[in-house]
Amino acid sequence: MGLRFEATLKSRNFEVALELAPGETLAVLGPNGAGKSTLLSIIAGLLRPDSGSATIGERTLFDLASTRSTWVAPHDRGTALLAQEPLLFPHLSVLENVAFGPRSTGTPVAEARSVARQWLASTDTGALESRRPGELSGGQAQRVAVARALAAGPDLLLLDEPMAALDIHAAPLMRRLLKHVLAGRSAIIITHDVLDALMLAERVIVMEDGRITEAGATREVLNRPRSRFAAGLSGLNLLTGTARTEGIDTRYGLVSGTPEGTVSPGVPAAAAFHPSAVSVYLDPPHGSPRNMLRATITDLEPHGDAIRVRAGDLAADITPAALADLGLAPGMRAFFVLKATAVTIYST
Amino acid sequence: MRRRSGIGYTAVPPWIYALAAVGALFVMLPLVAMAVKINWAQFIPLITSESSLTALGLSLRTSAASTALCILLGIPLALVLARGDFPGQRVLRAFVLLPLVLPPVVGGIALLYTFGRQGLLGRSLELAGIQIAFSTTAVILAQTFVALPFLVVSLEGALRTAGGRYEAVAATLGARPTTVLRRVTLPLVLPGLASGAVLSFARSLGEFGATLTFAGSLQGVTRTLPLEIYLQRETDADAAVALSLVLVAVAVIVVALSYRSPRGRQAMAGAS
Repeated sequence: MGLRFEATLKSRNFEVALELAPGETLAVLGPNGAGKSTLLSIIAGLLRPDSGSATIGERTLFDLASTRSTWVAPHDRGTALLAQEPLLFPHLSVLENVAFGPRSTGTPVAEARSVARQWLASTDTGALESRRPGELSGGQAQRVAVARALAAGPDLLLLDEPMAALDIHAAPLMRRLLKHVLAGRSAIIITHDVLDALMLAERVIVMEDGRITEAGATREVLNRPRSRFAAGLSGLNLLTGTARTEGIDTRYGLVSGTPEGTVSPGVPAAAAFHPSAVSVYLDPPHGSPRNMLRATITDLEPHGDAIRVRAGDLAADITPAALADLGLAPGMRAFFVLKATAVTIYST
Repeated sequence: MRRRSGIGYTAVPPWIYALAAVGALFVMLPLVAMAVKINWAQFIPLITSESSLTALGLSLRTSAASTALCILLGIPLALVLARGDFPGQRVLRAFVLLPLVLPPVVGGIALLYTFGRQGLLGRSLELAGIQIAFSTTAVILAQTFVALPFLVVSLEGALRTAGGRYEAVAATLGARPTTVLRRVTLPLVLPGLASGAVLSFARSLGEFGATLTFAGSLQGVTRTLPLEIYLQRETDADAAVALSLVLVAVAVIVVALSYRSPRGRQAMAGAS
């Protein structure tokens, strides 16, 4: 059952329309305050928009457009919500927490418990069933929360940064679990982590200021970002400008590269390249015709084994030895040099 | 002041301890003064006299009934005040809390003009054959009137602390509002509800002014323990003091019950 959704909420400057194919997982990326959680709250029925409509398959979740507006209560929507924190009911055992969904919809106690046990088993938390939530680690609690959400048998699973509150050891386990349970399931997952998007979602949308600024297949959006946010997520430099025959005109000058598809002169285009493909010089280098962008260094920061040199939108990764040789410091003018073969150019 | 090892720094100046000691004495000294006045030889006969036992029994019965009424009416009020969002909410809260600051005798007069023979509702009730003023029912109503704010304040605070996020999750799992209330909201705020109920019971037990005004002082019908004590004070001071001690003992037990497990309550608050 697919989702069709469109809604506006003026008080939060929110205006989004999206569709989700049956069994598809959609990742929602975007900076804080972009309206990602608002999106999930509206779908779940916890927040009422000014206008819009949403359906799952043939079922209407809300329809505020027609003269007789429909608003289905959260408990009748079949949209289970999994938040950053597990929010397990502290007064119920793990088993009763997971059995909560089935019991709420009228399943007899014994049957609800057996459903719960199945989900506990498939989230690898069966041994915890008699514990109280307070006795679980963060990772265990979140896995139980996944079991609880799935035990409710939702048509659509809404996940609001389910790994954000987990420590570095619990997150990979959770990611594997989600990959397993999200396969073939309609789900929307909010994440800040590009790895989550790549592993879990077929499609991503990027939200900024309550609007969708970018949408498409996960790989496509991350490899060919059109928004600075998506470029930042995938760790790419993104320079936008106007296409010319020999490259594109950017605020740093002409950048040439390998065009992807047809990029006819005059259209808006973007150049994407990895910071590790960029070298930094204090004097213009001689030799092969390469892209040479002149910029003022704004920041230096450690980045893995390398040093990331930032100059506004530009980033270059150089070795600590190179940094020592060049004696770079914020405020210095430098030449950022990159081979044309390392640059991908595409129209936006 | 010597601090115990393993205790963190507290920014309480020493002279505060001196003032706190004065405050503690101010509360405890009158109780001691009363305790030394007790005629211990006659204590048991005094508190087991027929009128005393009748008054104590009436007090316990009416206080239990008014506590039940407070729970029945207080839970919806606290829920509406904590979770609702409607015009006049603040005014409603002010009115619900009014009996806290109102002199009880004024409350009694107000109740009399509501449920009394010539009262707003009393006249219709009288026609229906129901007479409330100067009956045991009046005692319960008077006690409920003054005790209700204690339950509402305590429960509303607990509801606000618990927040609405568990309820939202429960709803997305398919639970109807009534199911959410029964299986999530009320269990989460149970400690707050319990302490509110205990405070209401204690307030009901000590109720005097509104009861005397609205229900009178009829032995076995409306003469609760505080009224009995006040009456005995005129004729038999020893009996009054002995009964006072009984009331103190009941109050101490009630308060001790409500503060019995602060650790358990903290654990609940921490989890929510």
